[in-house]
Amino acid sequence: MIQTENLTKKFDDLLAVDRLTLNIPEGEVFGFLGPNGAGKTTTVRIVTSLIGPNDGSASVNGFKVGEEDQDIRRSVGVLTESPGLYDNLSAERNLEIYASLYEVKDPKGQVEKYLRWLGLWERRHDEAGTFSKGMRQKLAIARALLHEPRTIFLDEPTAGLDPEAARLVRDFINEIKKEGRTIFMCTHNLDEADRLCDRIGVFKSRLLVLDTPKRLRAQIFGRKVVFHLLRVDESLEKQVQDLSYVSEAKVIDNKLLVTLDDPEAHNPDIIRTLVGAGADIQFVGELRHSLEDVYLQLIKNVE
Amino acid sequence: MNKIKTIISKEWAEVFKNRFVLFTVAFLPIILTALPLGILYATSSLESGEAVSSDIPAQFIQFCPAELSGAECFQIYMVNQFLILFMMMPMMIPVTIAAYSIVGEKTTRSLEPLLATPITTAELLTGKSLAALIPAIAATWAGFILFAVGAAIIVDNPVVLKALLDPMWLIAVVIVGPLMALMAVNASIMVSSRVTDPRVAEQLSMVVIVPVLALFFGQITGLFIINSTIILLIAAVLILVDILLVYLAVQVFQRENILTRWK
Repeated sequence: MIQTENLTKKFDDLLAVDRLTLNIPEGEVFGFLGPNGAGKTTTVRIVTSLIGPNDGSASVNGFKVGEEDQDIRRSVGVLTESPGLYDNLSAERNLEIYASLYEVKDPKGQVEKYLRWLGLWERRHDEAGTFSKGMRQKLAIARALLHEPRTIFLDEPTAGLDPEAARLVRDFINEIKKEGRTIFMCTHNLDEADRLCDRIGVFKSRLLVLDTPKRLRAQIFGRKVVFHLLRVDESLEKQVQDLSYVSEAKVIDNKLLVTLDDPEAHNPDIIRTLVGAGADIQFVGELRHSLEDVYLQLIKNVE
Repeated sequence: MNKIKTIISKEWAEVFKNRFVLFTVAFLPIILTALPLGILYATSSLESGEAVSSDIPAQFIQFCPAELSGAECFQIYMVNQFLILFMMMPMMIPVTIAAYSIVGEKTTRSLEPLLATPITTAELLTGKSLAALIPAIAATWAGFILFAVGAAIIVDNPVVLKALLDPMWLIAVVIVGPLMALMAVNASIMVSSRVTDPRVAEQLSMVVIVPVLALFFGQITGLFIINSTIILLIAAVLILVDILLVYLAVQVFQRENILTRWK
């Protein structure tokens, strides 16, 4: 569980984190989205006790940042932005070093478990420097999990990976998600955040929004239903616009685009109105905005 | 303690994979063991009249046992220069390893995951220091033992041998050498924590050797002769300097600055 209260961090004149308040319950996968330089990595560094805040407070797994730093480091796993492996040491040796630093009780067993899980067991004696980007990232994830942390911080876990390697890493995150651990994931990959995260916070020095991906889409753009009609004219648009629950009705080509809060409840009535007015309906579907649209809209609003 | 051992073994595994670094650790002890033995061997055949007092600084002659010939006294004088280098050797060897220790981790981006573990700054720096110190001291002591054995074989006169293996030199090699090494290592780690380029770290770390070289040149030029009093004085000063440097190295190692100011 991660909690922050008015967390603030300044570097000279640069306000990197501005009064961030978060409450991430145990077992949640939280996506932390924001452009480069937004302060995401700084936030991760503060809550993992690598650097201190200027103001505010934070706690992770019940331990307070600045007071119980060793306990925090013991109870969290961190995948840093760059894998930071010891390239001229073997994959196995890389993990053994961290197993020892995290005081893992059965280091050999844990190293084997994760090397096998990630499909690296056969190459355990190879130097990490000979691995592909995807394999290096998997090894770095294994390193963050060796001590079975309750909370895991993943900073850009799929950045720079080819689609196949990215998918492997995402599948692995899905696996650890099933184990009920809390995952705090900084990412630029909005599709990934959409698929993996229970909630998303869009951040640019301060928290812009915080909600589930689905509700964020609805909050920013409202819900939109598209009626594909054989023919469409202004009278149809006006009749639908006059319905009390419709926020907006707009004609684009032969489509009628209707914005409303609760399509499940009101679509049947709209269809009846259109058919009653002589419209021939070809298709009906919901216009889904991607999380990318939401993100770009939010960032644009800030700028 | 386990974490310190882990850091030491990690450093060694990384460092000694690089044959050049291995060479820098082994080269100096080999040379500084072979050269004085070679000199002893070459000068053992000198007739007493071949070396004259004018070849030796006047201050040294008064330390030379009266029963020794000029040639024997010359032997002791020549080898003593190398014994000073034996004392300074543990300071020269670890600089390469220590200077790279922090800045190297910065360069390879492995420092952040390392600092994210529950390791304390004291454990990390102790591990890094010992990883540089132990090979240097071990190589020096091994070289000195080889020198002592070789000298015992080459030198016929027990008075000469006693002068060469004087307890003063044992103190110098066993105590002063490691203290000098600790000074060099701490200074190098401090530099390594502050700079962003391994080459700069190594160059700056070498500066610490310069004042100590004054000892060597001081004796060669006859400015002073290193005796027991000077050795003990050096040891006392080094203890104070080392305490100060250990404290400063921990203070200089600011996790936040290292992580956030490094680009």
